[in-house]
Amino acid sequence: MKLSREEVLHITRLARLGLTEAEVDRLSEQLSNILEHFEVLQQADTTDVPPTAQSIDLLNVLKGDEVAASLPQSQVLVNAPRREGDFFRVRAVLE
Amino acid sequence: MTTNHNRLTIHEAHKLLKSKELSSVELTKATLERIHNLEPKVHAFTTITDELALRQAQKADEFIAAGNSNPLTGIPVLVKDNMCTKGILTTCSSKMLENFVPPYDATVVERLNGRGAVIIGKSNMDEFAMGSSTENSALFTTHNPWELSRVPGGSSGGSAAAVAAGEAIYALGSDTGGSIRQPAGFCSVTGLKPTYGRVSRYGLVAFASSLDQIGPLTQDVTDCALVLNAIAGYDTRDSTSAPQPTPDYTQCLTADIKGLKIGVPKEYFVEGIQPEVAAAIRAAITRLEELGASIEWEVSLAHTPYALAVYYIIAPSEASANLARYDGVKYGFSYSDTKNMWQAMEKTREHGFGAEVKRRIMLGTYALSAGYYDAWYLKAQKVRTLIRREFDQAFTKYDALITPTSPTVPFKIGEKMDDPLQMYLSDVCTIPVNIAGLPAISIPAGFADGLPIGMQIIGKPFAEETILKIAYAFQQATDWHMRKPNI
Repeated sequence: MKLSREEVLHITRLARLGLTEAEVDRLSEQLSNILEHFEVLQQADTTDVPPTAQSIDLLNVLKGDEVAASLPQSQVLVNAPRREGDFFRVRAVLE
Repeated sequence: MTTNHNRLTIHEAHKLLKSKELSSVELTKATLERIHNLEPKVHAFTTITDELALRQAQKADEFIAAGNSNPLTGIPVLVKDNMCTKGILTTCSSKMLENFVPPYDATVVERLNGRGAVIIGKSNMDEFAMGSSTENSALFTTHNPWELSRVPGGSSGGSAAAVAAGEAIYALGSDTGGSIRQPAGFCSVTGLKPTYGRVSRYGLVAFASSLDQIGPLTQDVTDCALVLNAIAGYDTRDSTSAPQPTPDYTQCLTADIKGLKIGVPKEYFVEGIQPEVAAAIRAAITRLEELGASIEWEVSLAHTPYALAVYYIIAPSEASANLARYDGVKYGFSYSDTKNMWQAMEKTREHGFGAEVKRRIMLGTYALSAGYYDAWYLKAQKVRTLIRREFDQAFTKYDALITPTSPTVPFKIGEKMDDPLQMYLSDVCTIPVNIAGLPAISIPAGFADGLPIGMQIIGKPFAEETILKIAYAFQQATDWHMRKPNI
């Protein structure tokens, strides 16, 4: 399992993760090593085995649609890096 | 007089507080004094909350004077820095959250506060709980009080080191692949990972949501049961919280383990295990046999060798989704030197996350990406089923399983930092438990050249009482948990 530079760059775009050139090189080597070790998984016979997403078998957890107190807007916005009035300020999506 | 207070357990301190031989303010002052003396060596705290602690201690004393105390009232506790504490920094030991002050409390913190606990600070950890040594903390590395050149384990390394050093009477940690048990083993304290869903995850900064679980790190099993009593139970704010009723976990502490059936899975005693660790665990199991448990020494859990790969596909996959929220818009670090939205997001994440977090986001994003999903993520989820089934099967014959907590004693700071895979292997004994969502406890079981060895006792889902009982019986018969580092 060898991860090429191009594949690493493709993943960084999917993850919206900026990396330096040196990090790209290091990660393509480290991820290749790790994945090579994990190829052992392919040896497990999983014919007709369903996947497990979580380990306690809770299903369709519902609760009543009741009005309850929540954090006030001022508190929700308290850690916003940029805000305008009662809103999060974001950079322009369309230039 | 004051210095002796630092080695009190919860149940000992409670007695003294209740009989008014000691006040919470005295106890808290003694603890804070010790923290300030030892922190230059141990580095277990990201934040020390002196003022808040003394305020809470004063309130606790009033509570006690009015006859309203419960076992945790007035007793200092350290909270891992990935649990939200209203008005107190919650950094996850990450640059991304270095200035993050949550506007609300995690459910566990709310429950401790409701019982009059005294919060003395927040503990250092591997960034976003990803790691096994605290070396991935963006702030600093915590040192093992048993030998300062060694790691305390991780990711709850600050919590474990502080309890071992007497800087906290007990602490909370979180455990996704061993992050309570492995540091508990490395620091010779008692650490419990409850069944998945037993303790609410509301307000715990998410790492891998199908695996994360909060639990106590304490000086003995009785304390562990007391803390579990306070934090366990259903919470409407966590949809994966378990609706099963919670017993009084102290009721099972009887030391009578006659007839209990314990299995020893042989796959945990192979490849890479330090001979002294294997010998200490076998000796500890023999002690349990002498106490009346019936031991099956050759149990096989044949899928164990797949567990590491399953974990390091599933946990990073979930992490890559959970950590998508750090976009520099809502809270946390925000890169400001650009007008372009996508670039701002990428730069925020480039500068806000450390090397291990980036590695896991990349690994998880890859395993979930088009063309690789079936071969990696789905395959890992299927093997996860096989591992669960194998545990289910074993638990039709045995009440508990016992293994080492880690294959080795604590390693040197720096020793594994250049080789991520070697670091991952230090969790090889604890990871299968999270994959199956089981409860497990690590208790002190010996030393090799003065370095701690932990024993892991694994139980059936929601059978915390069985493993607490076995651990209690062991601690009644041995004194490993009474030994403290000379610091």
